[in-house]
Amino acid sequence: MAVLADYKAEKPTWCPGCGDFGVLNALQRAAVDLALDPEEMVVVSGIGCSGKLSAYFGSYGLHTIHGRSLPTAQGVKMANRDLTVVAAGGDGDGFGIGLGHFIHAMRRNIDITYLVMDNHIYGLTTGQTSPTSDHGMVTKTAPKGAVEEPVHPLELALVTGCGFIAQGFSGDIAQLSQIIKRAIAHKGFSFVNIYSPCVTYNKQNTYEFYKGNVKKVEEIDGYDATNRFAVLQQVSEAHALLTGVLYEAERPTFEQSVPRFATTGLSQLEHRLDAKDYERLLADFR
Amino acid sequence: MSHQLGWKVGGEQGAGIDSTGEIFAWTMHRLGYYVFAYRHFMSRIKGGHTNYKIRVADAEITHHGDDLHILVAFDQETVNVNWNELVDGGIVIADGSLKAPDDARVQFCNIPLTGLAKEAGSAIMKNMVAVGVTAAIVGLTPEHFLPVIEERFAKKGQDVVDSNLSAVRKGFAHYNEHFAGHLALPDAPESVDPNHLYISGNEAVALGALAAGCRVLAQYPITPATEVMYSLVKYLPEYGGVVIQAEDEIAAVNMALGANYAGTRSMTCTSGPGFSLMMEALGLSGMSETPLVIVDVQRSGPSTGLPTKTEQSDLYEALYGSHGEFPRIVLAPTSVQECFSYAVLAFNLAERYQCPVILASDLYMGMSKGSTDLLDTTAVSIERGKLLADADLAGVTRGEFRRYAVTDDGVSPRAIPGQKGGRFIALGNEHDELGFEMEDQTMRNLQMDKRARKLTGYTGPNGVTAVGPASSALTLVGFGSTKGVIAEAREALLAEGLQVSHVQLGVLAPFPEDALKPYVEGAGRLLVVEVNSRGQLADQLRLHLGHHEKLDSCLKYDGDPLLIADIVKRAKEVLSVGSPS
Repeated sequence: MAVLADYKAEKPTWCPGCGDFGVLNALQRAAVDLALDPEEMVVVSGIGCSGKLSAYFGSYGLHTIHGRSLPTAQGVKMANRDLTVVAAGGDGDGFGIGLGHFIHAMRRNIDITYLVMDNHIYGLTTGQTSPTSDHGMVTKTAPKGAVEEPVHPLELALVTGCGFIAQGFSGDIAQLSQIIKRAIAHKGFSFVNIYSPCVTYNKQNTYEFYKGNVKKVEEIDGYDATNRFAVLQQVSEAHALLTGVLYEAERPTFEQSVPRFATTGLSQLEHRLDAKDYERLLADFR
Repeated sequence: MSHQLGWKVGGEQGAGIDSTGEIFAWTMHRLGYYVFAYRHFMSRIKGGHTNYKIRVADAEITHHGDDLHILVAFDQETVNVNWNELVDGGIVIADGSLKAPDDARVQFCNIPLTGLAKEAGSAIMKNMVAVGVTAAIVGLTPEHFLPVIEERFAKKGQDVVDSNLSAVRKGFAHYNEHFAGHLALPDAPESVDPNHLYISGNEAVALGALAAGCRVLAQYPITPATEVMYSLVKYLPEYGGVVIQAEDEIAAVNMALGANYAGTRSMTCTSGPGFSLMMEALGLSGMSETPLVIVDVQRSGPSTGLPTKTEQSDLYEALYGSHGEFPRIVLAPTSVQECFSYAVLAFNLAERYQCPVILASDLYMGMSKGSTDLLDTTAVSIERGKLLADADLAGVTRGEFRRYAVTDDGVSPRAIPGQKGGRFIALGNEHDELGFEMEDQTMRNLQMDKRARKLTGYTGPNGVTAVGPASSALTLVGFGSTKGVIAEAREALLAEGLQVSHVQLGVLAPFPEDALKPYVEGAGRLLVVEVNSRGQLADQLRLHLGHHEKLDSCLKYDGDPLLIADIVKRAKEVLSVGSPS
């Protein structure tokens, strides 16, 4: 059985106090709790501060190019469906350059988990507007304030039909690790948006701001995580300042739906054709 | 070519042109002939001129031929567009009252194809009437076409089979009653090779990928590469694999990369516009040393270009595309059988050298279908390079596996997720031997040099096919799909008493300079034949072998495939023989 130390790898280089420490910590705790073998896990990350997660988490890792963690992670899962696959990135990676893949990953519903470390800013490139920066937020690239509306990832996931939608906060590791556990256990694509403050470049969306403003859905009377339209309304009315598992529904996964897809990981199988195979395949061309 | 017949059917797109061509081609193939079929089509669904040329010969051919003997025309545009291709003494089967543009050098037969089809049951069968007319001209019977008609229409019921055969018979009878001209087919082979296949380059690539153990295809549809996807949509479920129709080519290539990283052979397949979108992932494959196979079925560019026309203009991109420097292998199959064998080779080389392999065919190679007896499935082997077995990793402590170990041959042993002790991070950042991102200058150089070293010791095939002496007055040089047309041009030049050799390249990177050197040094002149406007292959020859003074180019980039005459004419210009025209 793996212990916490088994999920540790390189020493993180994030700024002291970075929200991403909380995400790494919560993911490690979730893996321990789920008794996942580190070598049966793959973390696939994009580019940015968040992209370094794959190097710091002690599983197999694939640190890809900007915005492409989701397609790459889906390829990993197709190659070996027995692996636990976690894709990770930031708001720029996932909701800027990679936004298209996010929508298609949700509709495809391959059984992977997607963690977005949402800090509302481009951190590693030292403070430019991100797709989730609030309207009016002052950054290096918007000195007079951002003029565009932010992307609303939770609402987007809800209307796209994602089967598992959750939101966590780096400042609450206990809750976040529970959310991640449920996300990994969910059969199908699971999305966890995480408020992960950038302590260096975002003085607006801080730990203090979230601590004072987010509300746990389990503390809301009558909250129904199976009623998509009610959840949409609540998320919208709360300006997305909710945490917990916001929505969960069972949907058939891609793996289950693809005709005759191998039930054992493809990478574990031999794939040689014999004379009979060729005879049958070439019959179409005779 | 000893004896051959060129047959073409043309009309508006959506008018059943393809199915007419298929029925004629399959019937000829089944009779043991060697056929080669080229489709001329436009980027629209209905309307616009389309034609389907089928060349029938008594030996294997890989070109649709310059000459046309029989033209089936369903509209006036077909007559006008294809008139100059007709040989003297050719026959035109013209529907209804279509007009011959000028002289009487061909036999122009106005036949009520549509009218006779209506008599047989439906105007839609006009193409079957034309097949019957063809049978009468070339000395076959309607019954020769019955097996293929039954195959195509059996699902729709015996009535449909009968009425189609009836349409063929009506055409046959009408021609014999009203016309007398005949054109002979080549002599039919006495026996048909058991391995006599009628197959396109795209289909052969798909089969090769399947044979190589590729079980994940991630692709976005694009002409002319989509047929690879169709084939694998059919095959992969039978072998437990999967086709993912990706949201775009960026997703497709990264999915393929992810699957290869996790140990299952995977590829993506595309054409120019999609290939352009894949450039960043190409670099990730190079840097992370993740095997990757990309098939680029080239079409006319730049940008959207002529999307249904052939070209060999992605060579620069295949060789140089993506930022930074990393090793890559570029293959260009020169025949349909090489589409199969090079697909297998691509996967083996990608794993042996842990780098991207680009398999560059083109529309002409990919979408044309031909008869071949040479597709060899017995030579397939799956070689996975330095992929470690679980036992090899038994003594490795978790976290200490040096995935990017600096080795003499530049290739480092590789583990895949799920293996104990093999944990590592594959990444696009520069890294140390463990796979950790770093900026140490010494290690940077060690890793750059290690990667570069992988191909300096390349032991794969050089892909060079050379015919004729190295010291010819003229050596024709081409790559990929042009082998057949260049070979026929050479034969035509030899028949005129000229001394000509032919060198065809199937591997562009690593560039086979050692194999080419005697031909480049020995030839009086070199004529580099390629389907692009810049002379991209000629540039490679200059770069690697010099001899600028000897090089001439024969270029075509108007969308149509090369003709034998294009090369012959240019060769004579270069040799300063024949009358300039």
